[in-house]
Amino acid sequence: MASSIRVRATSNGDITEVQALIQHPMDSGFVKDAKGELIPAHFIQELKFEHDGKDVFVADWGPAVSKDPYIKFSFKGAKKGDDLKISWVDNKGASDTTTAKIS
Amino acid sequence: MSATTGLLATRRLILQGAASVALIGLGNLPFAATPAHAATNDKYPEEAFRQKSEADAIKALYGKTAEPSDKIKLDAPEIAENGGVVPISVTTTLDKVTSISFFVAENPNALAASYKIPDGTIPSVANRLKMAKTTNVVAIVEADGKLFSATKEVKVTVGGCGG
Repeated sequence: MASSIRVRATSNGDITEVQALIQHPMDSGFVKDAKGELIPAHFIQELKFEHDGKDVFVADWGPAVSKDPYIKFSFKGAKKGDDLKISWVDNKGASDTTTAKIS
Repeated sequence: MSATTGLLATRRLILQGAASVALIGLGNLPFAATPAHAATNDKYPEEAFRQKSEADAIKALYGKTAEPSDKIKLDAPEIAENGGVVPISVTTTLDKVTSISFFVAENPNALAASYKIPDGTIPSVANRLKMAKTTNVVAIVEADGKLFSATKEVKVTVGGCGG
């Protein structure tokens, strides 16, 4: 299966800008389906970005984060060609991991 | 208020229902995974995400109160046509920022997202949140052990929490 995570990490020499788009339903548990039954909550709880064995950004999410979440942040200390590891875990214990090259 | 409680109660019932169905139908597999995950993920602020009001959520997450600061720039639309996807971003010129959190005051649970900002990461985050209705979006920045806030009202035409 293709990864649920799409990342673009670009370095300008000093600062690395990271944009990530994750495919996930992010069901809040408040929405009803066509039959009028509530769709149980299903959302990413933790999203982590690691560079060189160190967390550079950690997100704790609730169900109020939009479907197919988007996130943007920047950090220092990385250079072009470095690896950036991204991983998430949702409230049902599912997870995904990918590694992106900083360009 | 009672409508919300009703909704939550129903949700709980359905979850329990789903759980027992799974137990009978699929065996124990789904359950073996869930508790293990809960144990390894103990840093996830479960309690704060359960709070209904923004004040309670801030207290549960940080254990203190915030003061408004003009050094935080909260970017959100004046009017959001679709409450399901509201682009919200925060940047701050405060020093020693360790975390940034987003609260939507009148969502069923106020805390939407909380970000840890380690040393070397720029205190600037953009994300997209759901909003149930027109209400205040509050960004909390933890800097040098203190809490600072910025607030902006976003008008929502169509709510993003369903029901």
